[in-house]
Amino acid sequence: MPLPELKFDRTKCAECQATSCLVKCQYMDFKDKDKAKKEWQKVINSEDSSVLEACTTCYACEEYCPFGNHPFYMIVERQEEKGILPAPRPIVTMWINQCQPVGRFMVGKVEERALSYCFLPHFNTLVKGKLFDGIAWSVIFGQEFFCNAVYLHYAKASVIKDRLPKIVENIKNQGIKELVCLHDECYGTFTSLTSAYGIDTPFKPIHYYEYLYGRLKELKDLIKPLNIKAAYQRNCSARLCPETDHYVDDIFGLLGVERVKREYDRENALCCAEVLRMARGPVLADDVQKRNIDDMVRFGAEYCVFNCPACWDSLAHKVAKQGIKPIHMIDLCKLAIGEEQALRLPELVAEV
Amino acid sequence: MTTTSALYDSLVKIVGKDFVSDQKEERYFYARDGGLMPPHEPDFVVMPKTTEEVQEIVKLANREKVPIVPKGAGLALTGLVIPQLGGIVLDMNRMDRILEVNEKAGYVVVEGGTTHGALKSYLQKHHPNLRHSIPDSPPIATIVANAVIHGQGRLSQQHGFNSDMVSSLEVVLPTGELCRIGSCSVSSYWFSKGPPLPDLSGLFLGWFGTTGIITKLGLKLYPCKKMRDVMLFLTDKAELVPDIMLRLSHTEMVEDVVVSAQPLPLRFRGTFWIMAYITGDSDEELEFKRKMVWDALWEYFESRDVGLLSTSPEMKAPLMSMPSKDLTRFADVSKGGGFQYAGPITPIEKFPAFIRKLEEVATKYNVFYASTARLIDAGHCMMFSFSFSFNRANSDEMARAKKALDECSKFALEEGGVLWKADIYEQRLLMDKMDPNTLVLMKKIKQLLDPNGIMNPGNWEVK
Ligand SMILES: Cc1cc2nc3c(=O)[nH]c(=O)nc-3n(C[C@H](O)[C@H](O)[C@H](O)COP(=O)(O)OP(=O)(O)OC[C@H]3O[C@@H](n4cnc5c(N)ncnc54)[C@H](O)[C@@H]3O)c2cc1C
Ligand code: SF4
Ligand code: SF4
Repeated sequence: MPLPELKFDRTKCAECQATSCLVKCQYMDFKDKDKAKKEWQKVINSEDSSVLEACTTCYACEEYCPFGNHPFYMIVERQEEKGILPAPRPIVTMWINQCQPVGRFMVGKVEERALSYCFLPHFNTLVKGKLFDGIAWSVIFGQEFFCNAVYLHYAKASVIKDRLPKIVENIKNQGIKELVCLHDECYGTFTSLTSAYGIDTPFKPIHYYEYLYGRLKELKDLIKPLNIKAAYQRNCSARLCPETDHYVDDIFGLLGVERVKREYDRENALCCAEVLRMARGPVLADDVQKRNIDDMVRFGAEYCVFNCPACWDSLAHKVAKQGIKPIHMIDLCKLAIGEEQALRLPELVAEV
Repeated sequence: MTTTSALYDSLVKIVGKDFVSDQKEERYFYARDGGLMPPHEPDFVVMPKTTEEVQEIVKLANREKVPIVPKGAGLALTGLVIPQLGGIVLDMNRMDRILEVNEKAGYVVVEGGTTHGALKSYLQKHHPNLRHSIPDSPPIATIVANAVIHGQGRLSQQHGFNSDMVSSLEVVLPTGELCRIGSCSVSSYWFSKGPPLPDLSGLFLGWFGTTGIITKLGLKLYPCKKMRDVMLFLTDKAELVPDIMLRLSHTEMVEDVVVSAQPLPLRFRGTFWIMAYITGDSDEELEFKRKMVWDALWEYFESRDVGLLSTSPEMKAPLMSMPSKDLTRFADVSKGGGFQYAGPITPIEKFPAFIRKLEEVATKYNVFYASTARLIDAGHCMMFSFSFSFNRANSDEMARAKKALDECSKFALEEGGVLWKADIYEQRLLMDKMDPNTLVLMKKIKQLLDPNGIMNPGNWEVK
């Protein structure tokens, strides 16, 4: 079967005045719009472009493009075409092998409405308590259901195109009608990637923020306002579904949490930088992490609220060192309804 | 020769009846180890508690010309504790005391059956600033036996073989005399196994219990920093591994370098996992060392041949554990408790050739393989394990694993490696290749120390 092709509308770019995809990029200097436009044309036309080498795969231009034209997916396509490696080859090999479907279906007692744990064991710890009453057992996890969006970081659109249709099929075959995605990467895949590649999605993806918000409203009598100031850590894959960001404000509103207005939030957010470490090494990654955390401190955050477990892994202990309490969004909701934080600080300084 | 029952009575007189057995169950158990060597039953299993008891037992055995085989945890896996000619297996497990820690001179004195696990917990509790070089064998492995077979551990990159860290010995000679080796022979301090005296420790280390029974051992301890971390690098080019190891070692910042390769689980396939362990007393120290490590490999990172794998705490935990949990898990991957490896000590430049051979042999004999290489002594050599796991209930699989191991050992020897903790078959290969004058010297030493040939017969036997 031929692989699905990216639906990219060149005419939109031709008409686009701002070239926001490149102008807003935090890792390249394209303040000059004309320069940006020229360079972007090179990308589209499959010519050599500095963009392909310089892109850190932060995903953000997916959000910057006001026309939903998938500039980042285009970059990934072009990187792969030209054999450009955003990350070292063995890392890419490891990822490709690690997530390869092998016919091991890790499922709970799946019902029409199910939770997707993606490939993240953290959710075994997080999914507990009243928030998940009536659904906790309806779970899918692992390679057979893994969205594969991670290969966007590795210039391997071909792996996504190859595996994703089967993944969608696997989910459908479980009889799932509504999939509550606990990771933005999955939600973004089933809302943005599938449509960009013309892959039919025969179930309804629901972002877990929407789910939590709904549950909290049902449990509102239990909510005791937390009255805290929190920095929100936006993750790379949130760029695939920026339309869900309002739920952060909605949930914080219900819980009595102030989302501190800081420099690196919302469209200007900085990612956790661990992918940057793998791709570019420690200097850029350390710089991004430091700017991000300093910013949280500067704006008086008491908590740092995480959406993505991978961000948690790379940043939780670092924010804690600066006196900020790390907490996952699910745990934050639990705190407000009188339950305990389940995902705790990783013990990185292991036994000697 | 005295009758078996008279010998039994004599042994009971020495250690008490609870600590001697000639029963079928014990003889069955002590006839084998977890590896592939065929079993052979002892006549007696004896568990001494004191040096004096060991002396008495050895004197008795020497008088009666009964073979005697000292045994720790039996985890060397190459049949070194299988009593090839029957006789007595001397289980050292009751001699498990930690006798002294000298913080300022940095050594510990332990008895002949003290385990690595026990010493680790003892130091953590009582001397948290000190540590020893822990091997990745299960924690019941004994310190003395590990030194006797020239084991390697978590500090071997910096300080050499675990036997290089021995700092004095007390030995019961095969004729029953008690002998002190190293500084403890002239001083109350156990800080040196040889220098400035003639280094006699070589008469016992590496001899697999064929020249005496070590009843006490001094072991060097090293600083235990407050923090420890592992940096995990991946490459898909075997030919780069030696240089990567050397570059890491060159930083003089890395305490342990381990390279692993295995085809399953899938995430390991096609890449070599290089673990560089660093320690520090502060974040700044750790950060500085991280930077040095990065700098050392930067050229390969830029060429995209080497990458750093970001690791979640879940992933890190088994890598940080001592002994490594991953290794112990692999040891039972085929379910059925069979695991053995040939671990030649070899120049690190041999890594690519050894990996190729391992893959070739595993395919040829259809066995599940893994390899772990550990850098020793700043790159002077490495231990490269050709590891195979098998189901003990599957005799065909066991036979294939044995063939695979034998072929790997032969290959390693041809390539200039020296077989580590060699089984009887491998000892023969080694001796066939050895300088004849060296062999004569070994034979003279053995005859001098053990005139009746009672100590672990079959091992290091020069024909
Ligand atoms: C999963 C696994 C991982 C391993 N990893 C490592 C590793 O990282 N590093 C490493 O070095 N080894 C490793 N090993 C090999 C081995 O387990 C260790 O070297 C272990 O320390 C051997 O100790 P033992 O008590 O089991 O020795 P045993 O097998 O009981 O004895 C080994 C030899 O010492 C002799 N001996 C025992 N006690 C005395 C004594 N008191 N006086 C004189 N001779 C004596 C015995 O006769 C025998 O010849 C590993 C093994 C396994 C199964
Ligand atoms: S990708 Fe979007 S932002 Fe970029 S040039 Fe095209 S339309 Fe404009
Ligand atoms: S993915 Fe990030 S780094 Fe790459 S072009 Fe888009 S915004 Fe820039």
